[in-house]
Amino acid sequence: MTRATEAFVRHQMLPQVPPPSSQTGIVKWLRENLFSSIGNSILTIASFFALWWVLDAVWPWLTNGVWTTSSLSQCREVLQGEVGACFSVLAERWNQLLFGFKYPAELYGRPTAAFLLLFIAAAPVLFFKTFPRHLLIVTAAYPFVAYWFIWGGSILVPAVAALGILGAMFVFKKYGNQNFATGLFGGIAAALVIWWLGGKIADAMPNFLALQEVASRDMGGFMLNMILGVVCVSLSLPFGILLALGRRSDMLIIKWICVLFIEFIRGVPLITLLFVANVVLAYFLPPGTSFDLILRVIIMITMFSSAYIAEVIRGGLAALPKGQYEAADSLGLDYAQAMRLIILPQALKISIPGIVNVAVGLFKDTTLVSVISMFDLVGMIRGPILGSTAWNGVYWELFGFAALLFFVVCYGISQYSQWLERQLRTDHL
Amino acid sequence: MKKSVLLGAMTVAGLAAGAAAAGTLDDVKARGKLNCGVTTGLVGFAAPDANGNWDGFDVGVCRAVAAAVFGDPTAVEFVPTTGKTRFTALASGEIDMLARNTTWTFSRDTDLKFDFVGVNYYDGQGFMVPKALGVSSAKELNGATVCIQTGTTTELNLADFFRSNNITYTPVPIETNAEALQQYLAGACDAYTTDASGLAASRATFEAPGDHIVLPEIISKEPLGPLVRHGDNDWGDIVRWTLNALIAAEELGITSANVAELSAAPTSNPEINRLLGTEGELGKMVGLDNAWAKNAIAAVGNYGEVFEKNIGANTAIGLARGLNAQWTDGGLLYTPPFR
Repeated sequence: MTRATEAFVRHQMLPQVPPPSSQTGIVKWLRENLFSSIGNSILTIASFFALWWVLDAVWPWLTNGVWTTSSLSQCREVLQGEVGACFSVLAERWNQLLFGFKYPAELYGRPTAAFLLLFIAAAPVLFFKTFPRHLLIVTAAYPFVAYWFIWGGSILVPAVAALGILGAMFVFKKYGNQNFATGLFGGIAAALVIWWLGGKIADAMPNFLALQEVASRDMGGFMLNMILGVVCVSLSLPFGILLALGRRSDMLIIKWICVLFIEFIRGVPLITLLFVANVVLAYFLPPGTSFDLILRVIIMITMFSSAYIAEVIRGGLAALPKGQYEAADSLGLDYAQAMRLIILPQALKISIPGIVNVAVGLFKDTTLVSVISMFDLVGMIRGPILGSTAWNGVYWELFGFAALLFFVVCYGISQYSQWLERQLRTDHL
Repeated sequence: MKKSVLLGAMTVAGLAAGAAAAGTLDDVKARGKLNCGVTTGLVGFAAPDANGNWDGFDVGVCRAVAAAVFGDPTAVEFVPTTGKTRFTALASGEIDMLARNTTWTFSRDTDLKFDFVGVNYYDGQGFMVPKALGVSSAKELNGATVCIQTGTTTELNLADFFRSNNITYTPVPIETNAEALQQYLAGACDAYTTDASGLAASRATFEAPGDHIVLPEIISKEPLGPLVRHGDNDWGDIVRWTLNALIAAEELGITSANVAELSAAPTSNPEINRLLGTEGELGKMVGLDNAWAKNAIAAVGNYGEVFEKNIGANTAIGLARGLNAQWTDGGLLYTPPFR
């Protein structure tokens, strides 16, 4: 009867064993993320149930969808009482949803080309680190090319417009260095002279390299939303910066003009401005000679969003420490240089989320033009499509499609802005 | 340069205003197109199809006027207007006439300075109920919940109707027509009330339209008609008598099918002859070709044909003629004579 006096001592290494099944792979993930406590387990099961409940309702609706009938009643005949979407309306009215009901069908390629070119033109600005600077000339030329593609007419019209701006820039570069005012007013005068002369030439040769003209009234569908969104966002950013700087200016008159403008525009609902653009202006304009409706709407939306962007950027300017301004001054930079090289790059970076917020909101607000009888995507759905005998009553499919299109664009903008913020991050990690 | 543009624009404005005063008909003829205001889309009354061609009951009036003026029913520029933009569009001269299911009321005719040239559809507020409710008259709706669009005259009419009949109801106020229909179908209310034509159009979109009925009571007057600006009575006459011509054509038995035959040579009925221009000079009196009415009828058909094609019993909307029958059939359509 000997008692073991030695403690148990293992003499060889145990082979490595895989972790217990509850600690690896999917099981571990489930336990940690979904069933970590009783409360969480209940929530998980409840969420799965809710998800299943939604999918159970939506999935057959999606997969049973009918794509080829020519009216809602035929959809119902095909479905025989089963659950299913009537996507035929999207198939039949596809072009109307994208281009409106009056854009000539044989010309659909032109706005499509303008849309594709938009990506090429925007790339040098959006991905300025990847693309060389001189490609910005493509971006600068884009608005004129896009105008020519979408509206048609002689190429002389956009060409003269571009020449006028080039002339103004040339004069400003030449004289602006010595005297800002001389350069500015000289530039404006040069542009006006070029436009006046060019206008005469363009009037004289309306068929020079002309595409078939399409009137503004014929624009519609998602194309109209894109036109308004892209133009107004890109215009309101520079105007917003100027307004924000103006509001912080020491020059009393400029400051008060900017304050009044911003406060007035912010105090008025966008829809009121749109009614002014559509209805009130019509009383002052001579009958028959209508000042282009899209242009009126673009001016109003741009004014509206530049007031908002100005306030966002003012927030960015205010967030910069005073030392940055003083540092710029101590380097001997003048106002323009200080703003361009030191203040604005930082202020704009801070303002990115706010600016994107305004841009996304603005893009969605372009659907408001449907109340002044313009046929944007929502206007097309609410008016002609739901107003037709064949498709009256198809709500989910149409508005779901509109929501999808807007989501794609808005989510894209949002993702880009987050990527941009990461690119521009210079603070300590 | 800016100043000169401004001055030029003002000069043009002055000239154009002068020209507008000279006569809408001359403007329309010079333009080669009739600018006709329509809705942005209302089932059966006006909507563009998949190819962008406008069609509908109100569109028929526009096409008839264009045919009367130009002999060409396609010489129309349809200007879609919303309920909010329609009157300014007409007042500012953007459109020459408005055919947009607009109710003829005192204030619109006088204060807004328009002229309603007639009535092309007698509408009125009605009720829709599920058949299962077992109600056959609106007076049996005592204690019912009623879905109603807020901020419309229908709200007031409803209150008046129930009070004068000494019965009670619970209103369920709802913002839009689409939302109201969803609520009604979900059973949130026993009855839905709006214009009878709207009820019929909505009912047509239901999965089982047969399960719902529109009650016979009409509790308000909504005479819908085309209108023009005050101040140009010659143009108003053209629109008024084009509409009357369509109504008279139905009364006289002229259809788009037989109009060519009837207008080829004078018939035994002098009124048909005068209307179709084979006798007398009616067209000259309004400054149009003598075949104006013939062209209008040939283009769109008589009133009954327009009605049947767009909103009649055989369409999805399935409206009965009701008040919109000829006076000889117990309706309200009664055109003054053509002589």
